[in-house]
Amino acid sequence: MKYTIAVLVENKPGVLARVASLFRRRGFNIESLTVGVTEKEEISRMTIVVKGNEKVLEQVTKQLNKLIEVIKVSDVSFDSVERELCLLRVNAPPEKRGEIVELTNIFRARIVDVAKDSFIVEVTGDEDKINAFIDLMRGYGIKEVARTGKVAMVRGAKK
Amino acid sequence: MRAADAFIKALEKEGVEVIFGIPGGAILEIYDALYDSRIRHITTRHEQGATHAADGYARASGRVGVVFATSGPGATNTVTGIANAYMDSSPIVVFTGQVSRPMIGNDAFQEADITGITMPITKHNYLVTDPNKLLRIVREAFYIASSGRPGPVLVDIPKDVTTADIEFDYPTRVDLIGYKPKYEGHPMQIKRAAELIIKSERPIILVGGGVKISNASKELIELAETIPAFVVTTLMGKGAISEYHPLCLGFVGMHGSKFANYALSESDLIIAVGCRFSDRTTGNASLFAPQAKIIHIDIDPAEIGKNVRVDVPIVGDAKRILSNLRKFIEYKYRKNWEDKIREWKEKFPLKYKKEGFKPQFVIEKACEIFPDAIVTTEVGQNQMWSAQFFKVKYPRQFISSGGLGTMGFGFPASIGAKIACPDKEVIDIAGDGSFLMNIQELATCIHYDIPVKVFIMNNGYLGMVRQWQELFYRERYSATCIGCEKISFEKIAEGFGAVGITVERQSEVVEALRRAKEINDSPVVVDFRVEFQANVFPMVPPGKSLREIIDEED
Ligand SMILES: Cc1ncc(C[n+]2csc(CCOP(=O)(O)OP(=O)(O)O)c2C)c(N)n1
Ligand SMILES: [Mg+2]
Repeated sequence: MKYTIAVLVENKPGVLARVASLFRRRGFNIESLTVGVTEKEEISRMTIVVKGNEKVLEQVTKQLNKLIEVIKVSDVSFDSVERELCLLRVNAPPEKRGEIVELTNIFRARIVDVAKDSFIVEVTGDEDKINAFIDLMRGYGIKEVARTGKVAMVRGAKK
Repeated sequence: MRAADAFIKALEKEGVEVIFGIPGGAILEIYDALYDSRIRHITTRHEQGATHAADGYARASGRVGVVFATSGPGATNTVTGIANAYMDSSPIVVFTGQVSRPMIGNDAFQEADITGITMPITKHNYLVTDPNKLLRIVREAFYIASSGRPGPVLVDIPKDVTTADIEFDYPTRVDLIGYKPKYEGHPMQIKRAAELIIKSERPIILVGGGVKISNASKELIELAETIPAFVVTTLMGKGAISEYHPLCLGFVGMHGSKFANYALSESDLIIAVGCRFSDRTTGNASLFAPQAKIIHIDIDPAEIGKNVRVDVPIVGDAKRILSNLRKFIEYKYRKNWEDKIREWKEKFPLKYKKEGFKPQFVIEKACEIFPDAIVTTEVGQNQMWSAQFFKVKYPRQFISSGGLGTMGFGFPASIGAKIACPDKEVIDIAGDGSFLMNIQELATCIHYDIPVKVFIMNNGYLGMVRQWQELFYRERYSATCIGCEKISFEKIAEGFGAVGITVERQSEVVEALRRAKEINDSPVVVDFRVEFQANVFPMVPPGKSLREIIDEED
């Protein structure tokens, strides 16, 4: 099972190393990790996707909470909006360009760079959507993929 | 004011009375400032010794132990001591010098990334990058080390930070948004625990080091007497209740007594306080106390449910929770259970074969002759025999490296304990192998007149490892013979200027101990040349449940 947890941390140097060190030391598996500042400059938000069972999730949460610079840990695996951004460079010979543009439109993706025989396409969405898009593009020959990892937010009004 | 001076002033404000350490280039400015302070400094002969001494000081006194070390090798030499304090939740603050800020990252002379190195073995650590934050960091370091579940904190201070000019404005309050230890137990959980206790027929209290740290002995004993329930302790919990108390069954786990292990295994309710269910305490965790419900009281929520299933978790300070819990308990006489335990106690006492020169005999006699002494131990057989045969009376009397099992801990820890409690006798019960790991601190004892006593159970072996080879590796004694019968600890002690005594026969033990007792103006090293064949029993074989504990004869 995969869990997505949101971790609010003090925006200080070394915090990322501390979190990463904790995951390594306790043998927890990180699937993806993203960091960025929040509405408050002094606080950053990490979104971590971790693999494991409920017991692992409980230990991850508790151990993270023990870090002095961690302010809050919440499980956002359920009932949340999840997004990821992906850039991919795909082969685009003249005869295929039309098809690729069409698929891009269907996925509400965008072509953000055009070269002689390739495009860079930007796609956002949840994991499934991005995986589906990547699968479709495989047929044309993907040269490079860069994914941001997931960010997530629980639906509804903030408690 | 020079930051180094402000820093020392901050330590004075924290009530620091002694620092253990070794100076060097990157921390020179701080040592210069220390020269004008009333704070005592003990220059140890190795930074590992300094760290263990600070740890021993903290455990004996309940106050924060303080260490100074220089950058690079000075800092890395503290690592074992920090890891040791971390595993046993001991409050120490280690200040290391660091190369100047512009040099950091350039592999400068004596640069080591000590905050990176100690990240997983500190409760928290800091690299001071702004001189104006130095004092706040000092305040936070002491607060973090000593509050909640205590632990080591390291503060790495670049040399150019110590020479900067800053205001002395020492913060009194600490406000860390991400760190708010919880002390009050949840009232609902306390009520639930009380109900389970009242219903139980075979309750037992399992006590860990947390009870000592929380100074909750009185509350523990009151609860035990009210229920009433027998008490077993982990190695770290030893002493939380006097081992002469009729309800105390003593040390439990891998080398605990049979009766304590049976009682824990057969109970229907375990009230665990300030312990973390380490594998040394539980034996095979999946077979641990199969019929028991478990109430787990601990200040660290991450310990709850980590190693064993828990029915009622109570997060908070042991002292407050135990005293609250007692209010809901009614006395209930559980005759069958009491009879059963008395029967086990009579049938399966701790014992050892009397012929030969037995280390257990030495420790038993040491306990008779030094009943109130603070006892530190090294690691190995000597440690387990001490836990079994040195019965202690009060909470901070027994000091041992539980979690990390650090050979070389006991002797420097005894120095720290003696400094914390100068009016108490302090004994390090040592193994020959362990004592050699920090023997250089004899020079420290002589230099500062610290009259601790070291009783070496000299068996010429890395005995505990030898025991495992005997029992589980078909007597293939790979690399465990260290031949210490060939060296004279007596002469070594004398060479340092301490008193050395050699004891060749069991019949000389009592006299030697009496002699050692009379010497109070010098460190004493007594080399007990015990037989190497003695093993630690009973024992829970690896992978087995506590119930499957075996004796020598089994
Ligand atoms: C620093 C360190 N190195 C190695 C070990 C592994 N070890 C555990 S017990 C032991 C033997 C200790 O020998 P000694 O101090 O003579 O004690 P004895 O068991 O003989 O009483 C060893 C090597 C350890 N615990 N600590
Ligand atoms: Mg030995």
